[in-house]
Amino acid sequence: MRPVGPEPGRSRAVLGLLVLACVTIITLDARHGARGSPVDPLRYAVARVVGPVEVGGARALKPLTDIPSYFGSVHRLRAEYAEVQAENAALLQRLRVAQANSHRNAEVDSIARFADTAGYHVVQAQVVGMGPAQSFSRTVTIDAGTRAGVAPDLTVIDADGLVGRVLSATPTTATVLLIVDSDSTVGSRLGDSMELGFLDGGRDVSGDGTLQLRLVDHTVSARIGDTVLTWGSRNGAPYLPGIPVGTVVGVHSSPAELTETAQVRPFVDFSSLDVVGVITGSAFGGHTEIASRGTR
Amino acid sequence: VTAWLRAAVVGALIIVTVAVQISIFSHFSIDGVVPDLAMLVVVAAALVRGPAYAALVGFAAGLVLDLAPPTDHTAGRWALGLVLVGYLTGLARHEGRQSVPATVLVVAAGAFIGTSVFALTGLILQEPGVSVPSAFEVVPIAVVYDVVLTPFVIPLALMLFRRLEPAETW
Repeated sequence: MRPVGPEPGRSRAVLGLLVLACVTIITLDARHGARGSPVDPLRYAVARVVGPVEVGGARALKPLTDIPSYFGSVHRLRAEYAEVQAENAALLQRLRVAQANSHRNAEVDSIARFADTAGYHVVQAQVVGMGPAQSFSRTVTIDAGTRAGVAPDLTVIDADGLVGRVLSATPTTATVLLIVDSDSTVGSRLGDSMELGFLDGGRDVSGDGTLQLRLVDHTVSARIGDTVLTWGSRNGAPYLPGIPVGTVVGVHSSPAELTETAQVRPFVDFSSLDVVGVITGSAFGGHTEIASRGTR
Repeated sequence: VTAWLRAAVVGALIIVTVAVQISIFSHFSIDGVVPDLAMLVVVAAALVRGPAYAALVGFAAGLVLDLAPPTDHTAGRWALGLVLVGYLTGLARHEGRQSVPATVLVVAAGAFIGTSVFALTGLILQEPGVSVPSAFEVVPIAVVYDVVLTPFVIPLALMLFRRLEPAETW
């Protein structure tokens, strides 16, 4: 028999204190402005401890975590399929960029830059952690950090297209906000008509999710099958221009809304993210400009 | 000295549990929902040591869950959820062995309280992505997944907390 625990009064005092501590932390973190939260140093400290454990866990148990993807398919076929898929992805990407290039005018030579993909410095990274649906956000941890040149606001891609942007980084790990997160907005343009718009993350807490495109000019409309590319911003942060994002799969307009919205299916399969690339700079002199931006 | 050692063991347990939850169980998610391993550890602490101790473990585990990458939500939300889980499930503790159905019930209640408090604080703070329909979608899956993992996690965690129990409770 174990000894009788502390009296209920003391338990209640402990509970009261802890709840108060939680409410204080929530208040401190929720009220932060543009200058960053007072909780950020603590977040960084925990990331430095837990991040490497995540990396270690993901690497050590890679054979185990690969099991779900092996179900229902023969190993040999899978390898062959992956090869064909990679080839297909490369060809598709070339085609998309070519399509965009055929429509470009003199001002939009940023997309031509993207065509020369060799001009980008890309840091390869492995996804080692994913935020659960219980947290209602779509973020992942990658195993490359400031030591590899990864810094906040850099663009993250994979073989299919845009993945997201870096939110924060420690020396060995970084947190990436996926474009399907409901907090994400990507300035984008239609590959066909060059019209500008804003691409918002979905409401879905899981799965692939569709993105919502709001066109700036409400006199034009998107067509089903149009390719959506990033529009880019000054110094290439947070998103570099001309990166393929997705295809328009539906168009929706209501009299109540000024702008028309289009549903966009992203090229990237967010449920099976594995190897991603962080664009840390380009051969066109963008390196320092891109990497020196430290804001969120 | 031994008190510090005990605290260090619990701290290491929390960090490893959270890391496993984020890096390994994300591959075995059901509709994106992963089992709340940290919550199971808090429930085990509650069943062995009672409400005050479990609330403290819940606070520590929740804070790590709030701050570990890749989280982006307001810190303190999981901490609040797990403090309440620890305290309330701790009230269910009684002398002697817990029956299996009772343990499953306590785990289900804990999972419901934890995920609901987290979703509720998100609604109050108007965090992006949190909505009543998405909460209704996620909470039941979380409860079921936690109950499924109970036979694998709870006995181990119970054993560990029994061994960590000092001769006289504080």
